[in-house]
Amino acid sequence: MNSVLGDKRAIALLLGPALLVYSLVMLLPMLWSLGYTFFTGGVLSGFSFTGLSNFTRLFSDPAVGPSLAFTVKYALLVTVGQVVAGYLLALLYHFFLKRASNIVRTFIFFPVVLPTVAVSLLFQKLFEFAPQNGLVNSALNLVGIPSVDWLGNPDTAFIVIVLMDIWRAMGFYGVLLYTGLLDIPDDVVEAARLDGANTLGLVRHIVLPLSLPVVISSAIFSINGTLKVFDSIYALTGGGPGTSTMPLTLYMYRTSFAGGDYGYGATVALLLTVLCLAVTVAIFRGNARTQQGADR
Amino acid sequence: MTTASTTAAVVRDEPSRPVPPADKGARASGRSFVKRLPGYLVVAVLLVVFVAPLIWLLLGSFKTQEEFLRNPAWALPEDFGNISNYATAWSSVAGYLLNSVLSVFPALLITLLIGTAAGFALEVMVFRGRRTVLLLFLVGIMIPGQMILLPLFTVYFQAGLSRSLWPLIITYTATALPLTVFMMATYFRAVPREIFEASTLDGASIFRSFFSVAVPMMRNAIFTIALVQFFFLWNDLLIALTFTTDESLRTVQVGLLNFTGQFGVVDYGPTFAAICINVFIILALYLFLNRRVMGGLAAGAVKG
Repeated sequence: MNSVLGDKRAIALLLGPALLVYSLVMLLPMLWSLGYTFFTGGVLSGFSFTGLSNFTRLFSDPAVGPSLAFTVKYALLVTVGQVVAGYLLALLYHFFLKRASNIVRTFIFFPVVLPTVAVSLLFQKLFEFAPQNGLVNSALNLVGIPSVDWLGNPDTAFIVIVLMDIWRAMGFYGVLLYTGLLDIPDDVVEAARLDGANTLGLVRHIVLPLSLPVVISSAIFSINGTLKVFDSIYALTGGGPGTSTMPLTLYMYRTSFAGGDYGYGATVALLLTVLCLAVTVAIFRGNARTQQGADR
Repeated sequence: MTTASTTAAVVRDEPSRPVPPADKGARASGRSFVKRLPGYLVVAVLLVVFVAPLIWLLLGSFKTQEEFLRNPAWALPEDFGNISNYATAWSSVAGYLLNSVLSVFPALLITLLIGTAAGFALEVMVFRGRRTVLLLFLVGIMIPGQMILLPLFTVYFQAGLSRSLWPLIITYTATALPLTVFMMATYFRAVPREIFEASTLDGASIFRSFFSVAVPMMRNAIFTIALVQFFFLWNDLLIALTFTTDESLRTVQVGLLNFTGQFGVVDYGPTFAAICINVFIILALYLFLNRRVMGGLAAGAVKG
């Protein structure tokens, strides 16, 4: 029996196709991309070996610093926003709406499934300044505030990007964290209530500690996604005004395909990958340490 | 591992969850309604923030260019029967939709077939190195897509595939695989091994066990994964943008981005209509299957 479940030929036939496609189209290109970092040029112009010059260029490139800073600033702010907003939503679903939360959950989940490009274009129109005021500026005018050129100014453009990506994903984290809250036994909450805990104390001392693992997982998922942000910013601001909202992903894309330098593009992609891996490892380490501390 | 345990926790079907005890007579007394009023206000504001933009989008798709320039942004369209915007938008969006369908669905089918087989092999079959292979697939979820674009572009270009949808089909199949394998493995882990041991004892070959026992049993799981992957692939911009060099090959997302350019920035009506077509196709699918979609996406949260 175990010989059937351990049949080498069967394993090869079942696992083989997936492993082959995955290796050829993802793993091999990853390694290949590492190789590109030692070359300069592109498909059309041809490649030539340049040693480590891409890396020295990476460290002296005046665009990399701001781009890296933007990526980190964006990722931290949006991750915190998504998880906090999601957690508040989850509390609302679980403790206030209870069984009636279904329909509200469905509505707030809407933007999660919508195409990012469509949402970005919608926000472009909502926050439009010229030639025609969008809904937001019209509403501001109604209460006597003059129109703001939201996407024409680095700071306000950043605000719109952050708002949009929190709007897009908070419903998702709401549902994810809500399932975490459902795992908290009702009698624990009930007992604390009977002991006279008020709502805030209840959340802080009972609910939050008990749902901390899901909160941490959510933060990991969120930062893993926000560090790789591309679609929403590409479609909303295109990195502008100027290069003020240019994450590393977009910078890599521009240098490779608009600039035609695959070697340097691959080097920027490598920097991005290292950043993603470093953050993931750091969070897992930190998570393990807190859990050890909690066990003691 | 944290990810594995949370995904397992959210996979469960919603109706089977314990129902929190109802507030005893809370809704009956007027005083507690007043007490709950701030909460209801928060919910109302939330619903407005989430639904109003979509309604505004829909209204805009019926307005003429003149209305956009003359009336304030919140004005209702003067003629709800004005579908000329849709006629204009459809003439180009129809082609984009076809390209999306022709690249997403073949990729989806291949991924599901080989991904389910791989998940089965990794969780049900016994061999050394299972963990390592699963971890290898997990790498594909973590690594940013930018890491594989350049070599793939070179290969597709040199193989002469650039003027077809093949680059999209191949890349979509591969990028959807890691999450499919990972989720499938999670679902198979919940199935008692005895079932497959019994079917092999009854003389079924391993392929018979896979196609006649595992696949039918996993029908729901496979459907959920198909839904999740459909949303990821359909909404993809990065891969489609990189590999569609020809205007006639644009997918919906790439086409929509160039839509504004094609008609000039100020041609509002058709642009709104085109966004609407893109949004409401997805919304209809979601409303029809919302429980499934929410549960499935939560289970696939590792993708970030």
